[in-house]
Amino acid sequence: MNVVILGCGRVGSTLARLMYRDGHQVTIIDLQSESFRRLGTRFKGNRIIGNGIDEDVLKRAGIENAQVFIAVTQGDNRNIMAAQIAKHVFGVHTVMARIYDPVRADRYREKGIITICTTTIAAGLMRDLVNTGEWGLVKDYSKEYLELNV
Amino acid sequence: MYVIIVGGGNVGYYLAKTLVAAKHEVLLMEKDRARYRTISEELGEVVMQGDGCEVAQQMQAGFGRADAVVAVTGSDDDNLVVCQMAKMEYNVPRTISRVNDPRNEGLFHSLGIDATVSSTKIIYNLIEQEIGTGEVIPIAALNRGNIEIVEAQIGPKSHLLNQEIRALSLPAEALIISIIRDGHAILPAADTRLTQGDTVIALVNADKEHQLRDIFEEGI
Repeated sequence: MNVVILGCGRVGSTLARLMYRDGHQVTIIDLQSESFRRLGTRFKGNRIIGNGIDEDVLKRAGIENAQVFIAVTQGDNRNIMAAQIAKHVFGVHTVMARIYDPVRADRYREKGIITICTTTIAAGLMRDLVNTGEWGLVKDYSKEYLELNV
Repeated sequence: MYVIIVGGGNVGYYLAKTLVAAKHEVLLMEKDRARYRTISEELGEVVMQGDGCEVAQQMQAGFGRADAVVAVTGSDDDNLVVCQMAKMEYNVPRTISRVNDPRNEGLFHSLGIDATVSSTKIIYNLIEQEIGTGEVIPIAALNRGNIEIVEAQIGPKSHLLNQEIRALSLPAEALIISIIRDGHAILPAADTRLTQGDTVIALVNADKEHQLRDIFEEGI
């Protein structure tokens, strides 16, 4: 699949590397070229420098032919706006955004964007682990991450 | 009216002062603590320190009873979310957003924002008026630019001199609403004749503006 990822921080770069390794066509966008260092040497996808809420930048990243768009910048509102552009202007099939604020994550989920609220996920996992002594995740993704570097 | 302004930069600050002077109830939200201190020294209770995108702080600010929410920060993404949350959570009757990148105006309308203001676009339009080659000058836009109010001067060489209004072959969606003659506005009738120095004010569908322009330009 053609995947466009906005934001090359820890989450964005890890996601890009995982999806590239899985065989997807990955394009990643960030405001600063230094951020692309996080991608390491094995990632051979496209890197675009630019503002992800600018339609021209998204076009340069190939959003018109993308099936998946994922916004994971540090700014909730930036992710929300970029996701809405992807969905309503470019009609991308699967649109996801990481949103720290649980309220905004909930409201925009109702507007058709798949929102991932890492705040409630991390807090909930920890609470459950304390209460029940059980690890709630089906899968431990950290092993997969370590494999990327081998 | 109760108006909540989000963003205490220059636009928000002067807007708040103007609305207070006009006796409106105003609340100006500013996220940055240092900026908040500066403006609250002058505006006092009108200013609140807080993030206009956070529901808890929106509630504290009284979004629920606001007649209008105006987002004027320097970031279009923040302005968009302030206005969308105001609509979704509190059904605020009127949301107005400053748009820093003029290309975002259409997007914001399609995403449910009631009105947008782009200073870039306004200044650009003013420049266009000053240096435009046509004799037909846009002076205002109605219904988001669908209908324009334009003005045209009748010069000494105009082929429209001494013609009756009814003789003009205006485009279908154009209407002459007034003529300014010797500093007075008159409401023209079908047999009103155009004279030199007249300023003709017309309503025209934006799509037909160039046709109107052709009529007034000919022979000049």
